[in-house]
Amino acid sequence: MSNITRRNFIKVAAGMTAASMTGCSTLPPPPTGKKRVVVIGGGVGGATAAKYIRKADPSIEVTLIEQNKYYYTCFMSNEVLGGVRSLDSIKFSYDGLLKRGVNVVHDLATGIDPSMKKVTTQSGATFYYDRLIVSPGIDFKWNAVEGYDKSVAEKIPHAWRSSLQTVTLRKQLEAMKNGGNVIIAVPPRPFRCHPAPFERASQIAQYLKHHKPKSKILILVANDTFAEQKLFIEGWEKLYGYGTDNSIIEWVPFSEGGKVVRIDAKEMTVYAGEFEDEYVGDVINFIPAQTAGKIAFIADLVDKTGWCPVNHKTFESKRHPDIHVIGDANTAMSRAAHSANSQAKVCAIAVVKALQGKEMGTPYYMTACYSVLGEDYGISLSAVYHLEGGKIALIKGAGGYSPMDATPEVRKREVLYAHSWYKNITNDIFG
Amino acid sequence: MTYKTTKYVLLLVSLLFFNTTWADDGSLSMLVHNCMSCHGPNGASLGPATPTLASLNPSTFIKAMEEFRDDERPSTVMKYIAKGYTEEDYQVMANYFAKQQSIAPQQSVDADKVKRGAELHQKYCKKCHDEGVYTTQPSTIIVGQWMPYLRLTLDDFHTGIRELPKRVLKVMRTMVEIEGEKSLDDLVHFYASQAEQK
Repeated sequence: MSNITRRNFIKVAAGMTAASMTGCSTLPPPPTGKKRVVVIGGGVGGATAAKYIRKADPSIEVTLIEQNKYYYTCFMSNEVLGGVRSLDSIKFSYDGLLKRGVNVVHDLATGIDPSMKKVTTQSGATFYYDRLIVSPGIDFKWNAVEGYDKSVAEKIPHAWRSSLQTVTLRKQLEAMKNGGNVIIAVPPRPFRCHPAPFERASQIAQYLKHHKPKSKILILVANDTFAEQKLFIEGWEKLYGYGTDNSIIEWVPFSEGGKVVRIDAKEMTVYAGEFEDEYVGDVINFIPAQTAGKIAFIADLVDKTGWCPVNHKTFESKRHPDIHVIGDANTAMSRAAHSANSQAKVCAIAVVKALQGKEMGTPYYMTACYSVLGEDYGISLSAVYHLEGGKIALIKGAGGYSPMDATPEVRKREVLYAHSWYKNITNDIFG
Repeated sequence: MTYKTTKYVLLLVSLLFFNTTWADDGSLSMLVHNCMSCHGPNGASLGPATPTLASLNPSTFIKAMEEFRDDERPSTVMKYIAKGYTEEDYQVMANYFAKQQSIAPQQSVDADKVKRGAELHQKYCKKCHDEGVYTTQPSTIIVGQWMPYLRLTLDDFHTGIRELPKRVLKVMRTMVEIEGEKSLDDLVHFYASQAEQK
C-alpha cells in the first residue's frame, strides 16, 4: 500500500478489528487500488468538485450521483422570467464531465453509511468511497407556512431550485392580464442567494413595464432590510417609477407585516404579518424558508440549525469524517452559486491532497454576484476571503459593492460583465 | 537598483523558485482557479466582455493588478478583488497566465469599419503599436481581445478616467476630433479582424 497515512492505517485496522468481531458480511469490499471519490449532487458545487478532482489527479475515480439529466441554472433564470433570455441558454448537460472521465450516474442518493463508507441510491445501487463530497443544495421547510406544501407548488411556484418551475412561473406571467398583481414572498434569512428575489422583481418589472404596464409587483419581505437594498431601490427609482404613484414595485418589510404566515392557494391569497393582512395575487411566487438538502438530514450531517457545520479549510463535515459538504448546505459562506463554485475548488484540492497523502496549501475563496435589474442596468458585489483563525474571513478591503450614483455607462458595463461571468462560470462548472 | 529593476529581478526569482505545480500542495491551483470563474478556462475568456488573460505579458498583468489595488484604474469588481492578493500572488498569477494559450474569440466585424480602422491604425497608432498589436509582447493583448472590452478601454483612455501619457492622449484626442468618435469603433473592428491572421 502506497501513500497510506497513519490516520488511514488506524481506520483500516479498526475496521478490520470491528469486522472480525461481527462476521464476514460487514467487511468492506476489497480495495480496487484506485482512490475513489463519490460526489452527491450535480449542481454548481458537485459538478465543479468532480471536474476539478479529475483535473488535479486523473488517477482518482470520481462518481457523480445526480438525479436530473440536465441542470437549469437558478442564476440568470430571472432573465428567463423577464423574457430576455431563452430557457435553452440556462440548460446544461453532463457531457463535459463525462469527457473528463467522471462517472455520471443519474440516480437519487438515498443513504450514506459513514462507517462502511458507502452511498446507496434509489435504484438500489451502492457506491463505495474513500472520500465523499455532498453538495445537495437546499430543501424547503414545507410546513413552515400554513397552506403551502408540495401539492400547491405548481400553482404557486417557488422557482428556487433547478427545475422547470422557471417555465411555470414565466407562463403564469404571460397569461396574466394587464393590470394584474404579482406577489413575491421572501423568506426569513438565511436563504439561497439573498439578492435574487429582488433581481427577480426587477426582471418581472421590466417585462410588465413593456407588456403589461398597469400591473404591479408586491414584495413581502420577512426581514426589515434586504441585500443591496439601496442599490436596488436606486435602480427601481430610475427604471420602474419607484417612489412615485406609478411605481411598478412596492415592498413590505417584516416590521410592517411582511412575513407571510398563511396561504390560501384556492383563493390565490396570502396572509402576512401579525394582523394577517390579506393580499390577493394573480401570480404568486412564494419562496419558502430553507434548510440543507434532504440527504444531509438523512445522513446526519446537519446540526440543529438545519445546515451542515464543516471545517472551513477542507469542508470536511464536523459530524462525520471523510465526508465533505460544500455549497448552500454548509454554513461556511453566504449562499450563492459563485461561493459553491469557489468552495468546490478548494474542497477538490483538500480531497486530492488527502488521498495523495500530501499537505494541503493555502486556500483562497471568492464570491462575485451580479444582478441585472433591467436593460443596460447591472449591479454587483464581489469579495475575496482567506482563513483567519480557522474560519473563512473577508480579506480587509477585498470586498464591496457597485457604487451608488454610478453613470449609465458603468451600469451598462456591469450587464456585459454579468453575461461574461455567466458564460465563463457555467463553462467552469460543466465544460 | 531602481524600483523597476527590482520588480524584474523579483519576477525572475519568482520564475525560478516559485514554480509550484499541482503535484505539490495545490496552492497554485487554489490561487489561479478562482480567476477562471470570470476570466475563462486558463484565462481564455469566453466573453462577451470580461478580458482574456491567457498569454498576457506578466509585467502588464502585475501593473494592472497594482493599479486596481491602488484605485489608480477604474473597475467594477477588480478594485476589490485585487486587494485580496499579495504582490507575490500577482507574480505567481502573472507567470501562470503568461504561459497559457490564447484563443482568439469568435467575433463578427463590419467590413467598412475594418477598412476605416486599418487606415486609422496606419495614421495614428502604428508608430507605437505596430509590435504591440500583432504580438502580445511587450504591451498588452489587443488583437485577440474581446471587442466590448477594447471599446470600453479606449473610452476610458479618451475621457481621461484612465491615465495615459500626455502625448498618447493627445494623439487619441486628435484622432477623435478629426475622425469622430466612431473612429474608436472602427479601430476595434480592425483589431478584431486581425485575429484570424495570427
